[in-house]
Amino acid sequence: MSDWSRIWPQLADATGETLYMVAVSAVVTVLLGIPLGVLLTVTGPRALAPHPVLHRVLGLVVNLGRSLPFIILLVLVAPLTRGLVGTTIGSTAAIVPLTIGAVPFLARLVETSLREVAHGKVEAALAMGARRRDVVRTVLLPEALPSLVAGVTVTVVALISYSAMAGAIGGGGLGDFAIRFGYQQFRTDITLLTVALLLVVVQALQFGGDTWARRLARR
Amino acid sequence: MIELSNVRKVFPAARGGQEVVALDGVDLAVPAGDFAGVVGPSGSGKSTLIRLVNLLERPTSGSVTVDGRVLTDLSAEEVRKARSSIGMVFQHFELMDSRTAAENVEHPLELAGVGRAERRRRSGELLDLVGLAERATARPAQLSGGQKQRVAIARALAARPTVLLCDEATSALDQASTTGVLQLLRRVRDELGLTVLLITHEMSVVKAVCDSAVLLEAGRVVDGGRLDEVLSRGDSPLAEALLPAPLADDRDTGTLVRVTVTDAAPETRVLQALVGGLGLDVEVAGGSVETVAGGRHGRLLLRVTGADQSGLDGALERLRGAGSRVERVVAGAAR
Repeated sequence: MSDWSRIWPQLADATGETLYMVAVSAVVTVLLGIPLGVLLTVTGPRALAPHPVLHRVLGLVVNLGRSLPFIILLVLVAPLTRGLVGTTIGSTAAIVPLTIGAVPFLARLVETSLREVAHGKVEAALAMGARRRDVVRTVLLPEALPSLVAGVTVTVVALISYSAMAGAIGGGGLGDFAIRFGYQQFRTDITLLTVALLLVVVQALQFGGDTWARRLARR
Repeated sequence: MIELSNVRKVFPAARGGQEVVALDGVDLAVPAGDFAGVVGPSGSGKSTLIRLVNLLERPTSGSVTVDGRVLTDLSAEEVRKARSSIGMVFQHFELMDSRTAAENVEHPLELAGVGRAERRRRSGELLDLVGLAERATARPAQLSGGQKQRVAIARALAARPTVLLCDEATSALDQASTTGVLQLLRRVRDELGLTVLLITHEMSVVKAVCDSAVLLEAGRVVDGGRLDEVLSRGDSPLAEALLPAPLADDRDTGTLVRVTVTDAAPETRVLQALVGGLGLDVEVAGGSVETVAGGRHGRLLLRVTGADQSGLDGALERLRGAGSRVERVVAGAAR
């Protein structure tokens, strides 16, 4: 078919856009989501630094972020996006809602991971004279590392699926590509190709994440 | 030196429940260099007690003094610093899985801001002390329970504490590892001049390593003292827990006599008096004699038979006068 010569470059662009959106928002999500998860954990009842009010407020914000459908979030945070990147349209603009959607998701996973660190280890560190921040730095985070890596992997995979909706605000990417070429032009072959491509990316990520987590856990 | 003075610990009521008085006016004094044990049934408050010594748990009232410093009067920051001179080992070791054996030993030094080279040197020295020099790079997952506890002991000693707290340190170990760990604890106490406080529900542990012990029941100290003193008392509940008196059987022949054995009051004198002196037949119906705290201690139940027992009470009286602990037991009521 002759039109493939027209489609390939577009597919390459779309893949690039997806990777760009996911990579940048993943980095920002890790930078914000892990501290938020730590805060959520240590302020909990009978935790390192119990703070019922802060814990409840954080829990509420995280739940709100997680309960909103991403497509709604996309529209809802448009004013913030304009403030941060100057526009609400394009791949860079999509990074803002992607990050806002993924941070609460990761924060919950981080909280679950950190809670699984045996309390006895925390006590052992306190008995050695550790400050609370030392406990987070030398006990909670390193002991939970394999499970944190698994949590980040799940979050990045979720980001890929969120990013497919970025086309709705002109963010481009593989989701947008599949809609414009595959769906709107009745080209099922292109839709399938896009799905296959997404599957490869997700599989590669999940495999990489699993391998890394397993290697850490085997220490 | 460890001193608890009139310590009370009350845990607030859980929702719908009642408040729990874990410790109810406990006094405890462990002199410097002593190896002291706290025994008691589960729920007696012994875990709470040991956690009060480094203020992992704050007492509701009363004071905690370690090496002359009243910890309960210190600020949170001062308590944190004071903890580095109080080592602690736990029932479940609580080593960091993400660290090697050497890195676990270095953990408290890292927290104290000790430089890398000095940490390396110190962890090497300590792993050598606990006999695990060749496992320095092993992860906890690759070590046996006994080895893990040795690493935990090395870690507890890293910051050169004067006091070592052992919270059921051998309860998760098999018999062979328990013996090894107890010998190690005793040795580091001797070599480093530590004051050791150990809590356990296993009487054999107390008998193996402690110089003194207290018995905790329902949050109160009901008995205690130096082991040789406690064991030579006939009516001590702690002695009873350490060396349970043999039960009388219900055969109704002869007379049962209970003997509390110590170095100062050996059973040989009793046997001589009854067999040699009175010409009676004596058999051991139960009991045991062990070496505890460097001396022979035990409780024996003797069955005395023979045609003429008329001299028995008089002989027992004379033995008591000479310092032996002997008493007639009514069959079926040995206690």
